[in-house]
This record gives sequence, C-alpha cells and structure tokens, in this order.
Amino acid sequence: MTVAAALKVAVLPVGAWVVSDLAVGLVWFNAMDVLVWAFVWLAGWGQNSVFPLVGAYRFLALAVAYELPLMFALTAPAAAAGSLRMGDIVAAQDGLWFVVWMPVAFTVFLAAVLAFSLQRPFTAPMSADIAGGMTAELSGVDRFLVLTGRYSLLSAGAGFAVALFLGGGSGPVLPDWSWFLGKTVVLLWLLVALRRRIPQLRPEQLMAPAWVVGLPLVLLQVLVVAVVTLNGRSS
Amino acid sequence: MPEAVLFAVLALIAVAAGVSVFRTDSMARASYALAVSFVAVGLMLLQFRLEYIGVITVLMMVMEMAVMAIFMIMFMGMNPALMPMEMVHSKKLSAWTAVGLFLLLTVGILLADWPESRGSAGGDVTASLGEAIMEPKMLVMLVISPVLFATIVAALVLANPRGRYSAYPLVPARDADDDGQGKEQGHSGGSVGHAAHGMDGTDGGAGTSDGHGQHHGGGGHK
Repeated sequence: MTVAAALKVAVLPVGAWVVSDLAVGLVWFNAMDVLVWAFVWLAGWGQNSVFPLVGAYRFLALAVAYELPLMFALTAPAAAAGSLRMGDIVAAQDGLWFVVWMPVAFTVFLAAVLAFSLQRPFTAPMSADIAGGMTAELSGVDRFLVLTGRYSLLSAGAGFAVALFLGGGSGPVLPDWSWFLGKTVVLLWLLVALRRRIPQLRPEQLMAPAWVVGLPLVLLQVLVVAVVTLNGRSS
Repeated sequence: MPEAVLFAVLALIAVAAGVSVFRTDSMARASYALAVSFVAVGLMLLQFRLEYIGVITVLMMVMEMAVMAIFMIMFMGMNPALMPMEMVHSKKLSAWTAVGLFLLLTVGILLADWPESRGSAGGDVTASLGEAIMEPKMLVMLVISPVLFATIVAALVLANPRGRYSAYPLVPARDADDDGQGKEQGHSGGSVGHAAHGMDGTDGGAGTSDGHGQHHGGGGHK
C-alpha cells in the first residue's frame, strides 16, 4: 500500500502539463495536489506505526492551512487569461508576465509548492522530533519512492509556477522548450536555496498566518486582477 | 468499443469500491474505498467530455476523504483509523430504505418524460456550464452560499466548542487551567515577571524589557 501511494506521488505531477493540454488543466493540477493529501496520509497510515501516522496527520493540518490560499492564488492567472487551459494561460502572458502584476499570488503559490512537496519550512510531517514522521518506518525502495515523490512534486511545482506566472516558454532567440526548462531550473534552484535558509514550522503555526493574513491578501489580489481584466476587456 | 469497455471497467470499479466501503472494518479503508469509487465516477464523467465536472469531482471527493480523516480524530475521541469497527448500523431500516429508493429512482428514470436534446453543446463546455448555472441563478447562488458556509461553521462550532488546542496563542492565557490552578500559577508567573523585569533594569536592556513588561501585565494582576 505504501509502495502504491509513493509511486503515484512520484508519477502524479508529470502527466498534466506536458503530455496533454486539458481544457481544465489548472483544475487538474489542483486535483492532483489534493491527491497528495490522500497519498501522504495513506503512506503514513499504511506503515501501521505511531509516528508515521502522527506525521500524516501533521501533513493534513498543514494542508488544510495552505490549500485555500493556493486555490485562490491559482484563480488569479486563470481569471486574467479567461481560461483554465494551461496553453491559454501561457499565451495570455505574451505582453506582460503575470508575476509583474500578481506578485502576491506568485508568492503564495511558491509557498504552497514548498508545502505540498514537504520541503522546509513545511517538514513537520517528517521531522526528527517524531523519529522521521511519515518516513520513520520506510527503507529501501519505499523510502526512495517517497523522497523522489517530494522532489518531483517540487520540480513540477516550479514548472507550474513558470507556466502560470513567468510567461512559460516565452523568450528571445532560443526555442520555447529551452526557455521553459531554463526558467524552471532557475526557479527550482531558488526554491532549494530558500528552503535551506528557513527553519521548520510547527504544524499548528501555519493555520493562523495562512488564513488570517494570506487568504485576505490573495483575495484582494484576485479582486485587483478581476477588475483589471474586466476593464481591459470592456475598453 | 474501447470506450465502452473502459466505461464498463470504471463502472465495475465504482460499484465494487462502493460495496467494499461497507464490507471493511476500518474507517481508513472505508474512506479510501469511497474515494476510489468517486474517482472512478469522475473518470466516467471525463469520458462524457464533461471535463470540468469530472476533474472537480475527483478533487472534491479526495479532499473530502482527507478532511474526513481530520474529523475522525477531531470528534471521535479515539483514532478510528486504527480501531476496527462495524461500518453498518440499523441494518434492516437502511436495507429497506436503499431498496425502496433504488426502485423509486429506477421507476422515475424509466417513466419520466425526458426532453429531447436540443442541438449539441458548444465548444467550451466549461464556460457554457458556468453561464447556465450562474447567469439566471446568480441571486440564488449569492444567497445560498453564505447560508451554507455559515451553517458549516456554526455546526463545527457547536460540535466542538473548545477545540483540542485553544485559539492561536498571541498572548499568554490568563486562566489557562480549568481545575482551579489558574490563580496560583498567575501569581508565580507574576513574580517571575517581576524578577526578570528587575534583572533587565540592572542590565539596562531597553529592547527586552518590553516583553517582560507584558508578562508582568498578563500574570501579575490576578
């Protein structure tokens, strides 16, 4: 059961944005992100041991806190592009990258990427105070798959951030794919550098900042984006 | 043909997972079986080209099962994921209700006078769905959604008046204990505050004395 869960976590983010351009690609991404909840909890519960289960519940506590700000952060580029298709969202950034006028949504999205890939500061589910948490009983292939899943989620998150906010593959001279990969690698490097410099949050410390500060800020951002977009369309 | 086979397989998975919800003895297994069943239904909706509805079904149902895992430890008093328990109760009543409902719905489906479908769906099914729901029914949605949200919040507050943890601790609690120990602790806290305050005074540390002043105010005046 653990193997199946970890396998899917590892495979999961790859399908949506490269292989097929679903008309609702953004929602698909969000659905896959929610699957991570289920799989992390399953991975913790499936080990039939105390500390992994505690770690799994810690992840759910973090997930409840980060998910709503993430969802509204995803709403901003979709509202600006007027489409849920990833291709349209990238195309809508021809003139101006979304990151320029949606900095709050971008920041929240990056924080959520760190959160759903279980990187610091959101490592409480697998921290040392509960003997490794959801990785406590894992070894060999199982452990490898779970850790690979974390890193592939981080990379997929960086790729999505590039597509949603940094203009996707747009750039001079070089072909699209190299720009996309280059931006993704740079962003990934930034995220990895960032997570080394932040201490770990206790699981109950995220809820209040995320919902009391983050959520209103993101909602304001969505409001601004909606007003700007509607103005642009009517004029 | 392959689509029909896929549909049949998904339908079988949905029904089988739905049956196993009630056959297992663990809430964790039941939740995940239910999630699998709903994911299969969501994929079937994807087959009908109802992409938005299908994906959103997967999203909501998986999320719901994870939230259910949270509710399990919030409200059930032990960890039901680890305790074997029966997944069915009031067997006779529920069996009769199920059979009756199934018959009623089947009869309804067979006897209803279904309207002919008018034309084919436009290019963007998601957009036309949004317009169909939102344009004529906007007022209803605007009224219903706050009411629903308030209901959920109120139900949670009623069910769990004092959560497992207190509110986010921005200030130290005044009467932290509910077994009569609060006052004494308040006094001792106050004296610690005094001592620390004095030490800061001798050190002349202006920056830290603010924080200790708060402790003094919080604990001392009981």
